[in-house]
Amino acid sequence: MCGLCGVLGTEDHWTDAADNAAAFGGGVRPRRQERLYRVALVNKVLAHYGFKLSDWQGSSYVLTTRTGRSEMIDHLAALWPAVERLAARPCDPLDGALVAALVRDH
Amino acid sequence: MTANETLIPVNVITGFLGSGKTTLLQRLLASPRLANTAVLINEFGEVGLDHLLLKRVDTETVVLQSGCVCCTIRSDLTEAMRDLFGKRERGEIPPFDRLAIETTGLADPAPIVFTLMAEPVIRHHFRLGNIIATVDAVNGALHLADNPETEKQVAVADRLVLTKTDMCSVEQARLMKDTLRRLNPSAPICESAVDDIDPDALLANDLYDPTTKSDEVRRWLRDEARNGAARGDGHALDVNRHDRKIRAFCLTYDQPLDWTAFGIWLTMLLHAHGEKVLRVKGLLNVIDAPTPVVIHGVQHVIHSPVHLERWPDGDHRSRIVFIVRDLEQADIERSLAAFNRLGDVERRVA
Repeated sequence: MCGLCGVLGTEDHWTDAADNAAAFGGGVRPRRQERLYRVALVNKVLAHYGFKLSDWQGSSYVLTTRTGRSEMIDHLAALWPAVERLAARPCDPLDGALVAALVRDH
Repeated sequence: MTANETLIPVNVITGFLGSGKTTLLQRLLASPRLANTAVLINEFGEVGLDHLLLKRVDTETVVLQSGCVCCTIRSDLTEAMRDLFGKRERGEIPPFDRLAIETTGLADPAPIVFTLMAEPVIRHHFRLGNIIATVDAVNGALHLADNPETEKQVAVADRLVLTKTDMCSVEQARLMKDTLRRLNPSAPICESAVDDIDPDALLANDLYDPTTKSDEVRRWLRDEARNGAARGDGHALDVNRHDRKIRAFCLTYDQPLDWTAFGIWLTMLLHAHGEKVLRVKGLLNVIDAPTPVVIHGVQHVIHSPVHLERWPDGDHRSRIVFIVRDLEQADIERSLAAFNRLGDVERRVA
């Protein structure tokens, strides 16, 4: 169970469209595709911290640092505290430097 | 998960000490229209139910003449809810189809919302209905100025009940209502001293009821637009000059939103600023979704997205209402815009 929000690893997370297909009128990618797409987008953000995320067996993710440290992540909400801890710096989408980097690079 | 229609909706009634929350509860409990409702309150003595009593089930549970079940919360809300449901299943109390919970004076509704969504037993029997906050017209300004919890209760409420307007001037009541609208542009305000308290209007017609959610969304968009115009073209108005600044604003997007990017962005925002994001409410035009998607969150707890059959009107742009403390609208807007473009390349190739 994620200590921060109590969500069990197998429970729906609100960000998973495939698990909430009815909310989107059915217009969702298959689960696997959605996960790969999510990983691709997250990695554009994580590049700012020198980290990388990969899908693990379609049920979890693995976060890896530049120095090779890695950590299992159950869902998005658990990702950011881990990034902040491993990077030893704040992880904030309002950070001007991050936003500028995203705009510049994409 | 069970279809929403069969889950019992839960109303959370909050309000500062002395804000008239107890009086509101007394009026609700005395209403014959509360027959199908169970109410969890802090203390029987506070509300004074003796004249309404039909029978006592046990030390914590009574049934009122209207058929309403009233129960005290011993120590733990989750336990009280499970216990109440158990009694319902065994036929020891009438089969209520609505539950109202009174919080303590300074309580934060977010943990209750979280319990409704995540607690393994509770989430299969109950769902969130709406959040109601009482505010005292006489002392409310002081409560708001001195207590961040009061501001938060107002900001996350779906319904606001302004009490004691018969004990202050018309001007004071008007000023209080303006303050409340600035803090929370889309919650209807009723005056308990003047208006008839209709339990159905207060407790029902919520965002998660499949038959009423469209009306609820339509109403808060209309109220948000009206109050936004009064504020002057998208500029958020500072509620007070103290260090804590609550801002309510609505972001509008012409381009459809990338749901995956949105989830990445919002989880990151709530990680960094969860305690400052009091409320998020959005009607979203999501890429590849043929129908609008409603999102709603109370602080760091985001409810599962809700389906809407059709757009409330011809305006199909995404609109997201934020009620935040100490965050700048421009920063949020810029940040979301940047994140929403993350998938541009992948989507073009796909």
